[in-house]
Amino acid sequence: MTTERQEDAVSPKSGGIPAVEVRDLSLVFQTADAPVHALSHVDLTIAKGEFVSFIGPSGCGKTTLLRVIADLQQATSGTIQVNGTSPRAARLDRAYGYVFQAPALFPWRTVERNITLPLEIMGLNKTEQKARAKRVLDLVNLSGFARKFPWQLSGGMQQRVSIARALSFDPDLLLMDEPFGALDEIIRDHLNEQLLDLWRRTEKTLVFVTHSIPEAVFLSTRIVVMSPRPGRIIDIIESPLPRERTLDIRETAEFAQIAHRVREGLKAGHSYDDR
Amino acid sequence: MMTASTLLASSGGLIRRAARGTALPVAAILLLALAIWYVGTVFLNASVVTDQYQRDGKTVWTTGELIADTMSMERPVLPAPHQVAAELQKSIFGVKLTSKRNLLYHAWVTFSAAFIGFAFGNLLGIALAIAIVHVKSLERALLPWVIASQTVPTLAIAPMIIVVLGSIGFVGLLPKALISTYLCFFPVTIGMVKGLSSPEPIQLDLMRTYSANEMQMLRYLRLPASLSFLFPSMKVAMALAIVGAIVGELPTGAQAGLGARILAGSYYGQTVQIWSALVAASILSGASVGLIGIGEGWLSRHFGGQA
Amino acid sequence: MKRDPALLIAVALGGLALLFPLGAASWTAAPLSLALWLAMAAAAIFQMLRPLPTARAFGLLGIATLTGGFSLLKLVETGASGGEALALWTGLASLFFLVWRLLERASMLSIEHPGVATLIAAPLIFGVWLLYVWQMLVTGFEVPGVLLPAPSVIWSAILAARETLAADFVQTFIKAVIPGFFIGCSAGFVTGLLVDRVPFLQRGLLPLGNLVSALPIVAVAPIMVMWFGFDWQSKAAVVVIMTFFPMLVNTIAGLDALGRMERDLMATYAASYGQTLSMARIPAALPFVFNALKINSTLALIGAIVAEFFGTPIVGMGFRISTEVGRMNISMVWAMIAVAAVAGSASYGLIVLAERRFTFWHASFRKP
Repeated sequence: MTTERQEDAVSPKSGGIPAVEVRDLSLVFQTADAPVHALSHVDLTIAKGEFVSFIGPSGCGKTTLLRVIADLQQATSGTIQVNGTSPRAARLDRAYGYVFQAPALFPWRTVERNITLPLEIMGLNKTEQKARAKRVLDLVNLSGFARKFPWQLSGGMQQRVSIARALSFDPDLLLMDEPFGALDEIIRDHLNEQLLDLWRRTEKTLVFVTHSIPEAVFLSTRIVVMSPRPGRIIDIIESPLPRERTLDIRETAEFAQIAHRVREGLKAGHSYDDR
Repeated sequence: MMTASTLLASSGGLIRRAARGTALPVAAILLLALAIWYVGTVFLNASVVTDQYQRDGKTVWTTGELIADTMSMERPVLPAPHQVAAELQKSIFGVKLTSKRNLLYHAWVTFSAAFIGFAFGNLLGIALAIAIVHVKSLERALLPWVIASQTVPTLAIAPMIIVVLGSIGFVGLLPKALISTYLCFFPVTIGMVKGLSSPEPIQLDLMRTYSANEMQMLRYLRLPASLSFLFPSMKVAMALAIVGAIVGELPTGAQAGLGARILAGSYYGQTVQIWSALVAASILSGASVGLIGIGEGWLSRHFGGQA
Repeated sequence: MKRDPALLIAVALGGLALLFPLGAASWTAAPLSLALWLAMAAAAIFQMLRPLPTARAFGLLGIATLTGGFSLLKLVETGASGGEALALWTGLASLFFLVWRLLERASMLSIEHPGVATLIAAPLIFGVWLLYVWQMLVTGFEVPGVLLPAPSVIWSAILAARETLAADFVQTFIKAVIPGFFIGCSAGFVTGLLVDRVPFLQRGLLPLGNLVSALPIVAVAPIMVMWFGFDWQSKAAVVVIMTFFPMLVNTIAGLDALGRMERDLMATYAASYGQTLSMARIPAALPFVFNALKINSTLALIGAIVAEFFGTPIVGMGFRISTEVGRMNISMVWAMIAVAAVAGSASYGLIVLAERRFTFWHASFRKP
């Protein structure tokens, strides 16, 4: 498994410039004790329209990799291109939407105004802002909640608002860092279904970080298995599951096989060892 | 073996680390403040000096002369830092240490009143807080009183308290200490109440599974938890106690104490005396609050606090 | 059925008051007081036997307290005083229990029917109760006015000297406190914003600001007088210095309050420094800013008054207090203090209202 390197598989749906192209990327930072290799010689290509999950234990670099793509952190060596340009240019161009582990909504703004926050920053006029807010609220099934304040909503609803906010300026790329980690499993299942439905309807590229194996297998077209010390990619699994899925697919033998392969990759990367 | 280059490299790292900490920025700003003080001295005193030149019939002067003269006036608008330092030195070391004209004596008078007030204020505040936290009905009954006590602008009525108490025979240290106590007990009470109620419900439940009684909960859980709230309140209380003692010295024309020195200086136009008393009061306050801070640091390390 | 123990004690004490001696006076010689007292007892007994729902209980207990209160006041007028008038003090104790229950109803009302009126009901009743006890103790024990005057005496002093008091108020509050407060707070806030760009200065100013707040700033008043003269300008200058540092320290702390995640969020929107500041960091800093405003409102008033102890023209709140103290005209001193207390509470209250409006979203305002 460790000898298998990534396939430069580009989805046949849309050729051309890949959404994300990472070549020999490393990120090392100094601490008081010893240098930490958060990312070590990572190679990865993500094509447009894919749903790619990064999965691994804490410290494997999955969030770090996402943040480098988002230009929230800079690599120490290697190259990375987002939408054909540098991550910084992509960020300044507002080419992606980022969803954090927590909703990160501003409590002094209503749901609607939270969603229009990026639109205000980009200078859209008020009518356009309101129209887009309504559209994305409908997309995440929160149509009646525009005037509510974040604390009046449950955790799951807040996270949906956060996703709606990321969609409001219609970026082609969506980066999500364990967005459902703080929610209970039942809500999580529900939101997973909704996210998949959203992806199919909007045809965006999704990069999704998680530490839940079933979630990764259920959602993705490709699963990137990572392991820590140093942070690297162990395996990339091309999912044979059909694009149209429901939660029932989790009980099929095929699903179990893919999950098994993920687990094998994690074991190979010593993810299950004691620290 | 350290070569010159490694020495240079490591010292560069040291300077960079100091710059990232707080010591260097604080020192830098203090130096800047000192510089501004000197510049201010020259500018504020210049017109008085030039007036004096005209009265003396002096028609030409060099900038150097002007600057030197602005920093050595007897009754300056703004005394130079070294003038204040010299006055401080004169009034502490130039006079017998046991004399009543020594600045240390005045500082001691103020501090003793403040400290007694501080001590009683703390005792009262802690006792009140323990009572409030342990007896539910007391919280509703006492806390409004405690808060209402602060709508009385104590510092503003300090003169009245001093005079009224003086008319029934209480003079000297006691009235000032009383004012300090009244000022102190509020922050200590509020801080301790917050601190004693700070343990989380699950921690209280844990103690209950050990069938601990209220006294044991107080000793093992609430009191240690309240220390991090007590010390900031004590710092506020100490500063208030000293201000209270100083203001308490104003009304009756007291002869001793830093407040009295400042007042006397303002009556007799002795600017440098005012400034030296001010600096002494600031050092007194800063040092007392600093001592509490050191105690806080030691205690927190002893109890595994995160520095 | 369980009877309210507090009301039981109140009724018991009320009955004892009717039996105990009244010193120079007697219940029979004061029919109005007797009637009012019996009315109070009846209301208390009714509430004890047939407890009413919150709002009506509040009304009934309120009427009971008022009638009982007036009864005792009138009794003192007819000559009951001193330690021999045990009935008076028993009656006061009875009223204490009634007021306790009244205050409880008031707090319950503010929870059941939230609004400005119910919010201030409990503190208002508490304040009136304090004044009442003060009045009773001072008149009942015939405390010399030089030591502690009764609220009624202070009130007449206020009325008699209202022009002087108004002039003092203008001199100190309008001319010194308000300008000083605005200048000091704005300067502190702006400095905090400016320093935000220079972390080096921030790291130096924060500990220094904390140090300065421990110093007796008000003692620089004589120096301000030397620089700005005896008039209001020197007092305003003292207020500026006193309010600058708490606002600076709180602004710096507040600008730091926005979480790392929210900052990253603004970075993903490629928001400029100004946009991040105005849309995210300043709103998050507002709770800290209001904290400083509340602290500063108290500091400003006290600072201006105490600064006047060091020298002032012939008008001003601090001036009035120190000179009337010298003349042993204590009721005038209290009159001035009353004005100061009202001004202080009103300005504090205004700031609290503004705080509710602008930081309604903060966790401290939400009921768990």
